[in-house]
Amino acid sequence: MDWVPIAWLGGIAFGFAVFSVVAGALTGPRRYNRAKLQAYECGIEPTPQPVGGGRFPVKYYLTAMLFIVFDIEIVFLYPWAVAFDSLGLFGLIEMVLFIATVFVAFAYVWRRGGLEWD
Amino acid sequence: MSFPYAPVLAAAEPASVAQASGTADLTWLLLAFPIAGAAVLLLGGRRTDRFGHLLGTLASAASFVVALVLWLDMAGRDVEERATIQKLWTAIDVGRFHVDIALQLDQLSMAFVLLITGVGTLIHIYSIGYMAHDPDRRRFFAYLNLFVAAMLLLVLGSDYFVVYIGWEGVGLASYLLIGFWGRNPAYATAAKKAFVANRVGDVGMSLAIILMFTTFGATDFVRVHAAAAGAGEGTLTAIGLLLLLAACGKSAQLPLQSWLGDAMAGPTPVSALIHAATMVTAGVYLIVRSGPIFDLAPTAQLVVAIVGAATLVFGAVIGLAKDDIKKALAASTMSQIGYMVLAAGLGPAGYAVAIFHLLTHGFFKAGLFLGAGSVMHAMNDTTDMRRFGGLRTAMPVTFVTFGLGYLAIIGFPLLSGFWSKDKIIETAFHEGGVEGWTLGVVALLGAGITAFYMTRVMVMTFFGPRRWAEDAHPHEAPAVMTAPMVLLALGSVFLGGILAYGGMLQDWLEPVVGGHGEEEGVTTLSPIVVTLLTLLVVAGGAAAAYLQYGRREVPVVAPVGSPATIAARNDLYQDAFNEAVLMRPGQYLTRSLVYADNRGVDGAVNGLAALIGGTSGRLRRLQTGFVRSYALSMLGGAALVVGALLLVRI
Amino acid sequence: MTVAAVVSAASVPAASVSAAAADSIPAPHIEYGVLSPLFVVFGAAVLGVLVEAFAPRAARWAVQVGLTVLGLVGAFVAVVLVASSDDWKGARAVVAEGAVTVDGPTLFLQGTILLLAFVAVLLLAERRLDPGPSGAFAAQASTVPGSPGEREATRAGAAQTEVFPLTLFAVGGMLLFPAANDLLVAFVALEVLSLPLYLLCGLARRRRLLSQEAAMKYFLLGAFSSAFFLYGIALLYGYAGSIRLSEIADAATQAQGSDVLLLSGVGLVTVGLLFKAGAAPFHAWTPDVYQGAPTAVTAFMAACTKVAAFGALLRIYYVAFGGLKWEWRPLMWGVAILTMLVGAVISLTQQDVKRMLAYSSIAHAGFVLVGVLAADDAGLRGVLFYLLAYGFATIGAFAVVTMVRDPAGEATHLSQWAGLGRRSPLVAGAFAIFLLSFAGIPLTSGFMSKYAVFSAALDGGASPVVVVAVLASVVAAFFYVRVIVLMFFSEPAADGPTVAVPSILTTVALALGVTVTLVLGVIPQPVLDLAGDAAAFVR
Repeated sequence: MDWVPIAWLGGIAFGFAVFSVVAGALTGPRRYNRAKLQAYECGIEPTPQPVGGGRFPVKYYLTAMLFIVFDIEIVFLYPWAVAFDSLGLFGLIEMVLFIATVFVAFAYVWRRGGLEWD
Repeated sequence: MSFPYAPVLAAAEPASVAQASGTADLTWLLLAFPIAGAAVLLLGGRRTDRFGHLLGTLASAASFVVALVLWLDMAGRDVEERATIQKLWTAIDVGRFHVDIALQLDQLSMAFVLLITGVGTLIHIYSIGYMAHDPDRRRFFAYLNLFVAAMLLLVLGSDYFVVYIGWEGVGLASYLLIGFWGRNPAYATAAKKAFVANRVGDVGMSLAIILMFTTFGATDFVRVHAAAAGAGEGTLTAIGLLLLLAACGKSAQLPLQSWLGDAMAGPTPVSALIHAATMVTAGVYLIVRSGPIFDLAPTAQLVVAIVGAATLVFGAVIGLAKDDIKKALAASTMSQIGYMVLAAGLGPAGYAVAIFHLLTHGFFKAGLFLGAGSVMHAMNDTTDMRRFGGLRTAMPVTFVTFGLGYLAIIGFPLLSGFWSKDKIIETAFHEGGVEGWTLGVVALLGAGITAFYMTRVMVMTFFGPRRWAEDAHPHEAPAVMTAPMVLLALGSVFLGGILAYGGMLQDWLEPVVGGHGEEEGVTTLSPIVVTLLTLLVVAGGAAAAYLQYGRREVPVVAPVGSPATIAARNDLYQDAFNEAVLMRPGQYLTRSLVYADNRGVDGAVNGLAALIGGTSGRLRRLQTGFVRSYALSMLGGAALVVGALLLVRI
Repeated sequence: MTVAAVVSAASVPAASVSAAAADSIPAPHIEYGVLSPLFVVFGAAVLGVLVEAFAPRAARWAVQVGLTVLGLVGAFVAVVLVASSDDWKGARAVVAEGAVTVDGPTLFLQGTILLLAFVAVLLLAERRLDPGPSGAFAAQASTVPGSPGEREATRAGAAQTEVFPLTLFAVGGMLLFPAANDLLVAFVALEVLSLPLYLLCGLARRRRLLSQEAAMKYFLLGAFSSAFFLYGIALLYGYAGSIRLSEIADAATQAQGSDVLLLSGVGLVTVGLLFKAGAAPFHAWTPDVYQGAPTAVTAFMAACTKVAAFGALLRIYYVAFGGLKWEWRPLMWGVAILTMLVGAVISLTQQDVKRMLAYSSIAHAGFVLVGVLAADDAGLRGVLFYLLAYGFATIGAFAVVTMVRDPAGEATHLSQWAGLGRRSPLVAGAFAIFLLSFAGIPLTSGFMSKYAVFSAALDGGASPVVVVAVLASVVAAFFYVRVIVLMFFSEPAADGPTVAVPSILTTVALALGVTVTLVLGVIPQPVLDLAGDAAAFVR
């Protein structure tokens, strides 16, 4: 019976998603223009690909992935900062090693031109 | 499989065989020299061409010197301490099966070692001259070294397993040497024939070793012989007969005799080596060495004697009709080895006698073959005696040495053969009963026939008018060839007397092979009577041959002759016999097997192969190259895996 | 520790320090010495990345090769040192707070992986067979095949040196995989070894599309299988409340909770492991990837990945699922039989040498599984020996493949190999030795390894599987011998490939392969003894 609230939560989430999509389709006005086909704020052009698959520039994904990688690695710093005192010297050394390793990857990306847009 | 005697054996470490120490430590050198010689010559290749013959001879001679040193050392020790075993390393140590590579040097192997290295070295020296013009002389000497090494291992091994290694080595070396001029298809066939006939014998040897192992849990002489008394007579008879089969192969005894005549295809020194010092003596050695087994298996022992007697007559009869000097000598070898096997089949009384005849025969037969080689050398490799005649003036040294060998083999009084052959006939009569009489009479008869055909060889070659081919210019061989002949001739004359003097050889061998046998047995004929009878028969045979071939003209082309002559010329149809009894049924068997194999087995196999191939082709199509189908197959697989696990629990 | 010591020594009032004591998280105890092989390899890999970043282009290749070889040799020395010290024995084998176990099998497998990786690196560094600064690898992998960018990169003489750090990272993952004592560490190790391999597969200079396709397939399917593995871990955690192997084993013996959860977890973890090992029905990627990847990378994957995957499989099955023997046995029987049959039967109709070797590796995965089935120390010993022997033979075989070339690169179609034995008896002879070893002919290592696993499985009561294994060996032997016949007894084609003369690197790799294959076939006892001594998992 402990599971019931979780099931409720899932149900509500699913219901909300369905409701949003259906409600939007039913109530919203339908006026198409070029701007509507643009990617929202960022991202690559969702132009129709030629049959058989074409190629699109990888730069955007590269930068996005680098961001995610370093972003997630920085996340590890938060718990360490919170528990800095209780982790003591060992924690400090480990974290320095961790940051150094991350920095090696950063240096590699930087030196090999991974951060240059063109 | 149980080894009921194994515990008994472990304790049965006899005191008479001491671990080698002091000078006896050198035993391994006997083998090392010829092995090293063969290795250097074979691996060195053409680089060693220039000195190959010298190196080979030196290796053999060095081995002989070691043998002499060891012999003097052994003779200097007390009788009980003469036999030694030198353990080199452990070859096999698996569960209960333990085989040491060890060399047993006792009085018996000492006699063989001296014969092999001594006569072997003389043959090496002779070959320097004989093979002087052969482009492959180095290879020849390598094989000779290999042959000597294998034979030494055969007589020195302290374990039937080690003997078997030497046994196979001898087979290999003889194959290489008989087929040395293998470009001639007939010679290659002869080598193959020798090899195959020997393999038949080898089967006997290997089965005997396996049987020994299952019975005694060991294969070394000391433990097998000590435990032999504990085994049933049936087993011992089986082992004995298998060993006899092995001996028949190597020693060219009935029914495996047919290869010996064809083995003349090899260069003549090889014939001398095979017939005198090595190879054919291996069988006799094996029987004498296994004496403790044969003594406990009287049936097997009797079969040995019968085989010997039959071969003795068989070889002699073939010898009567051969016009080829080497084939006549080969037939005589078969016959003389028959004498030895006969003696070895007479039990402890005969072992020493067999070895005695083996040693004297080693000298005079080597001398005869080298003499024959010398004659061939002079006559452009002709071997047909009808083309010889009157060579005594052209080749005096050869004539004298060959003549002395001849006198020795027919048993001319006081020469080597006289002492040893007489002893065999005497021992045969001594056996008593129907058995003794039959064997004795056969041996006596054989002596007469021997005298006849050897006189024939002598007369046709050296006496009478010259029947040479037009282009023949006989000349005496160079000193390097005649010197060994002279030495061997001296041995032919004196060795028998020396060894017989006061029963010297018998005393020497007694610790290994047992008593003289003079005190046992039945006195049927007194020794003097036997000797006189033998001399009478021999004289009769020689005289008849002289009347036939010395007085009358020998036609250059062989006359048709009586059916008996034709039969003897054709080796008493031994090949036809083999063909009819062994080859044809064998061929029918293999043909039917091949048929069954093609239709039945292959059909099934090919069908199966086609089925698998077809399956493969179909399965291959599952490999579409699309990731989506691979992923689907993985998903299916995962479902199967989980399903299978859950199914088991249910 | 120091904090606690200071606290107790000062013996200040308990109330005032209780808060500090509760707050201080004890530092984990890491056995650096026992784990040193891992540190050496990963350290060398990180250094390799720095070299990529800062070393001048001209010096990079030499530095990277030297660094890689040094790293592998250093790690091997560390393994030997650890193995010869007593630090890892007994209870102390479980290290790093229980995350890693360094016991006999771990050390044997790590040593095996390092040796094989060393030989594979020799092949990776070969530059004479395919002349150019980057050897068999694309100068710049990110350029489009056939594009101006690719031509430019090639012209600029860019050397592909990232191969070496990638290889080191993969080796590091492989070292950790069979040592992992909990499932999460195993998963991390699996990913660490897999990701560099996906990249390496796509780096071929020739037939780049095939190579990229292989990398793509391997990545997609690998990710798919990782998902299964991870889901399995989740289910097992749900069952046992722990990801520690020994605790899962304890939970399974006490039979607490739902069997469905446990068995589903076992099944899904099995899927992930069998995928990496290349066993049917999860083998489908093997031929495509082996064929498309650069041959040196294929050699590395075929040898080292297999060792690591089977090492982990053995540990997880023997330690965590040991009590479930009766549940997983029928499944493994089926998988082993299917794998052997699929590998052996399909290899019959292959026309490409690399694909043929791929199917042969599938069949061998099945043979190794036969040893796993024994589920005792004899089986473990057999598997350890098998992996070592097979690894060397397979690297040697792929080394030969790199040497048989025509103007378009490696000539891998079997018809091109006709009569190779007449042109280059030495190389063809070496290949024949490897094939004979694969076929399990006596006097080669293949015979001894097959004998070891089959006899262990027989004793373990898996006789039907052994019968199938022997039959599959016969089918496979047919194909191997046919290749030998093709090489030695058929007429060479007029315009057939030639055997290129490699540099000392490939020569050494090939010679090592032949030597180990023959030596292990003639005197296997020392290595068998070593594997036997190592063959006991610490729980």
